[in-house]
Amino acid sequence: MTKNVKTARAIKGAVFVMSGLIAASTVIGANTITSEAAMHEHGYTYRYDYWEDVQDSPDVFAVTGSYTSSDLKLDVDMKNPTGLYTHGNNLYIMDTANNRIIELERDDDKNFKVSRIIDSFKGGSGANTFQNPTDMAISEEGNWFIADRDNARILKLDENLNYIMEFGKPDDSALDPGLVFQPSKITVDTAERVYCVAKGINKGLCKYEADGSFSGFVGAMPASYNLWDYIWKKIATQEQLARMAAFVPTEYDNLYMDYEGFIYAVTGNVKEEDLDSGKVSAVRKLNLIGNDILVRNGDYDNYGDLYWGDGGGHQGPSLFSDVTVFDNDIYVCLDKNRGRAFGYDDQGRLMFAFGGNGSEDGYYNWAIGIEHMGTDLYILDQQTATLTSYSLTEFGQLVFRAIDEFDHGDYNAAGATWEEVMKLNGNYDLAYIGIGRSLLRQERYKEAMEYFEIKYDADNYSKAYKQYRKEWVESHIGIIVFVIVIIFLVPLVMGKVKKIKWEIDKAEKAGEI
Amino acid sequence: MYAKRKTYVKNEKMNEYLNSLRFAFYCMSHPMDGFWDLTHEKRGSYAAANTILALTLIVRIMKLRFTSFIFITVYWEELNIFLYIASIIFPLALWVIGNWALTTLFDGKGRLGQVYMATCYGLLPYPVIQLPLMLISNVVTVDESEFYSVISAISLVFCGVLIITAMGQIHEFSGAKNILFTIASLFAMLVMVFILLLFFSMITQGVAYIVSLVREMLFRM
Repeated sequence: MTKNVKTARAIKGAVFVMSGLIAASTVIGANTITSEAAMHEHGYTYRYDYWEDVQDSPDVFAVTGSYTSSDLKLDVDMKNPTGLYTHGNNLYIMDTANNRIIELERDDDKNFKVSRIIDSFKGGSGANTFQNPTDMAISEEGNWFIADRDNARILKLDENLNYIMEFGKPDDSALDPGLVFQPSKITVDTAERVYCVAKGINKGLCKYEADGSFSGFVGAMPASYNLWDYIWKKIATQEQLARMAAFVPTEYDNLYMDYEGFIYAVTGNVKEEDLDSGKVSAVRKLNLIGNDILVRNGDYDNYGDLYWGDGGGHQGPSLFSDVTVFDNDIYVCLDKNRGRAFGYDDQGRLMFAFGGNGSEDGYYNWAIGIEHMGTDLYILDQQTATLTSYSLTEFGQLVFRAIDEFDHGDYNAAGATWEEVMKLNGNYDLAYIGIGRSLLRQERYKEAMEYFEIKYDADNYSKAYKQYRKEWVESHIGIIVFVIVIIFLVPLVMGKVKKIKWEIDKAEKAGEI
Repeated sequence: MYAKRKTYVKNEKMNEYLNSLRFAFYCMSHPMDGFWDLTHEKRGSYAAANTILALTLIVRIMKLRFTSFIFITVYWEELNIFLYIASIIFPLALWVIGNWALTTLFDGKGRLGQVYMATCYGLLPYPVIQLPLMLISNVVTVDESEFYSVISAISLVFCGVLIITAMGQIHEFSGAKNILFTIASLFAMLVMVFILLLFFSMITQGVAYIVSLVREMLFRM
């Protein structure tokens, strides 16, 4: 009988709990709907805030022109162009399928016209034409390096296009002897050492010395795997192992050498789970010995879009195809998947994202190359064979100016410029942090802390707070010592007083008796 | 005369309440002894248990606002205070019911109310540790954040240990049996969640069925 009563009570309890559960799940459902709705509305230029919410932004770069084959008055239309390169006032388009390089010259009004079409060179023992050239670089001495992909060579020519030498397949025993060398992207440093990304080689960048000898691979992506992978590999059968994806490092897709000689390398061979777990970095900054020294102080990792849902037939993460680095360490990665460009500052924080899929100006089908001249940006679309040029908007100029001023140590001016930026875009997190950083440099810690707290910049906040705390302690040292003394003295005195009182009481009692 | 007697009774009740609340601190420092006396010597009270639970909830909510943003950042737009309170109440209810339902079948001496009381008494370290920690969080930097995380973790582990000990004492279980029933209670909680979800989705389907039936009828008429 008692048991039955107890059960009845338990059921009552369950009903109560259940009503709570219903309320809870309704609330959860409502929340997901609102966040999904927010996900799909964003403007042309946007960035993600601390909460990874899309925040619309004024344009940082505006389209100033686009150049198709007919705009450039080419006799043969560009076909499958795969690369861009800038040198001085010249811009080079790798017209890959036409086996030629188109040299464009920029006039004072920032318009381009074709100055040369390069489809052959002088001298050399083999063919003196190109077979699918995919990239080029010009060294400080003025020598040309051309990735002549399907001739399996990297050509070195002098400035008058006379053959000097060529670099062939890396002489490395670890490489498959049957592998055909296909250098796709190259860059060259001040000592004329050549770094090359080649198809099918995932050991990193092939590095050649200036004399043409292969000196090794640098900057391979670490092929890390976790404990679970390891255990799984141990218990899997031979057949399962063969079917499993091999733990191989990821190939790079493109590279860019910045003004300091560091190589920015990007890869579009990324899988969602690898990006999520941080196994693969979509963009890396390599130093001379191939270590990744990219600063990643952003609120999220530097892999472009944070939301990978299906949109207009494009899904999955951003696939970086190229990168370019401005002289203020802002680097812009190009996503061929959604045709967007992502700009990050030297701290690895997303500054802007723009672009998209489409055929209007500023939209791309298959964005393959990005380059810059000064602060102008150029993006090449492979499918439509169109070159698009961008210039900084008023907003962009202010942002760039603020960063330059900060880099040059002019903290007052940087703070003032960030204030200007904030007037144009009150949602721009970097403006708050920029003001905070300049206040921090001006030793106005309390104000700096407020700006950092608004945008949840814990590291900078702590820097400011540490100084503020130190100042506070130094200026209040008298009170602090006083309080500590009180804390120790009061119980001591109280104890003494009590003891004396007790002794008096005892004496009185003894007297009474 | 009568009025005086009334205040006297009131004071006595107040004293009783305060004593039972003070006893929670004794349970915290002497869990074995304390939780035995809690039910067997009737040293605990529901009022004190409710107070501790309320304190826990209040501290948990206050933490959202007053902890430094270095440790907790809150997306206020999507915060639902009732859901947040439910995130403590709901598991607590499941635990109490699950634990009682199981132990009552296996010679557990504790009654449902006593399980609830002991569990609430076991929550005391949470407000006691988290409240000062919340204040301290505002005077530390990122470099010192480890202290916060460690002490915060200690408060939770402390609560867990107290609750497990409490269950052993009020049910008069041996150590091994206690551990076994702790695990079994957690499992019972899972089963209950599963059944509730099942029940909920069935209700939804039932309602949807009737709604569509009525719609169809209205459409045909």
